[in-house]
Amino acid sequence: MRTRTRGFVAVGLLVALLVAGVVSNYASSHPDGLDSSLLKGCTVNADGEITGGSCPAQQSRDHELADGPLAGYGIRGVDNRFLSTGLSGVLGVLLTFAIGGGAFWLLRRRGPATPAAGDRPADDRPADDRPEAGVQAADEGQAADEGRQPTGTAG
Amino acid sequence: MHISNGIINGPVAGIFAAVALAALAVCVLRGRRDLDDRLAPMAGLVAAFIFAVQMINFPIFTAGVSGHLLGGALAALLVGPWVGALCVAVVLIVQALVFGDGGVAMLGLNVTNMALLGTAAAYLLIAGLLRVLPRTPAGLGVTAFVSALVSVLVASQGFVFQYWLGGTTDLGGNLTGLAGTVAGVHLLIGIGEGLITATTVVSVAKVRPDLVYALRNLRPARPAPVPTLEGVR
Repeated sequence: MRTRTRGFVAVGLLVALLVAGVVSNYASSHPDGLDSSLLKGCTVNADGEITGGSCPAQQSRDHELADGPLAGYGIRGVDNRFLSTGLSGVLGVLLTFAIGGGAFWLLRRRGPATPAAGDRPADDRPADDRPEAGVQAADEGQAADEGRQPTGTAG
Repeated sequence: MHISNGIINGPVAGIFAAVALAALAVCVLRGRRDLDDRLAPMAGLVAAFIFAVQMINFPIFTAGVSGHLLGGALAALLVGPWVGALCVAVVLIVQALVFGDGGVAMLGLNVTNMALLGTAAAYLLIAGLLRVLPRTPAGLGVTAFVSALVSVLVASQGFVFQYWLGGTTDLGGNLTGLAGTVAGVHLLIGIGEGLITATTVVSVAKVRPDLVYALRNLRPARPAPVPTLEGVR
């Protein structure tokens, strides 16, 4: 069970790396929905700079960390745009996974007790979801099967 | 949909930073109940995946405007509302502190809109729709699409509310104009969000339905016969 989840996460991570590392180069460079809404009332040139009129976006200020090494989804010093965007995306995915995954791993429930289960009766969780220390390895296959039964919706 | 520095004034940004921090603390407390050895790595993956897909700005039908995934509905479906909000918040924090995307001073506003409002709106719809729609891939897909679309609209109106409180440009009382523009654009972006969310969640559900939080917690159709699991054994 554990190894299967690990495999799923590994495959998912690979997809994320491909998306951020390669597909990101084909993303639209137009302003997003919010930025474009804030530009209403202004005229904008081909580079996206405001050339006239009056709009909320004129109040926008530089980012505090605009000089950071990865600011703007590129790597400072790497001139090749494809490489710069892709690498910054790969680093971003790994960083997000490390920070998020690490924090969630540290925050997770541990031990055989049913600590903060609170308002939720322990028994309505799938069998393989319960952190029971007593579950033997031999039971694991069966436990996994039971766990899938109530959730076979999309099968 | 990241707010840049200077768009909302400092005091309002500060208030929302406090609001966001308090709400995230609640999410940590409640989310711990869901976080076990299986959900924790999955939540890390969801955060990383949302970061990746947020890089893909897709064009919408309006010329010269793009949109990208926010991810609240996706996170709520896969890892639940509490951990899901934390996933989106992690993405926003990394983006603001490392990638210069969304002002650091605006982080509380952005977390409130995308991580909190978006995820909450999505999960309320998910919980309701999964109860009434058929338990099929189509039912799950429709749930994902609708909840994702609405979550983007709600998040975008969160911004309008913040702008009403502390926008730095006097719109001359024409806030409804801004609200309409923002809603119109984000309706189109929401369609993209809905398609991405539905495709992703239905794919995961086909391979590993047990990893989809929203399906895991579905009660059986009849009143839960709790002891059966032990009885069969």
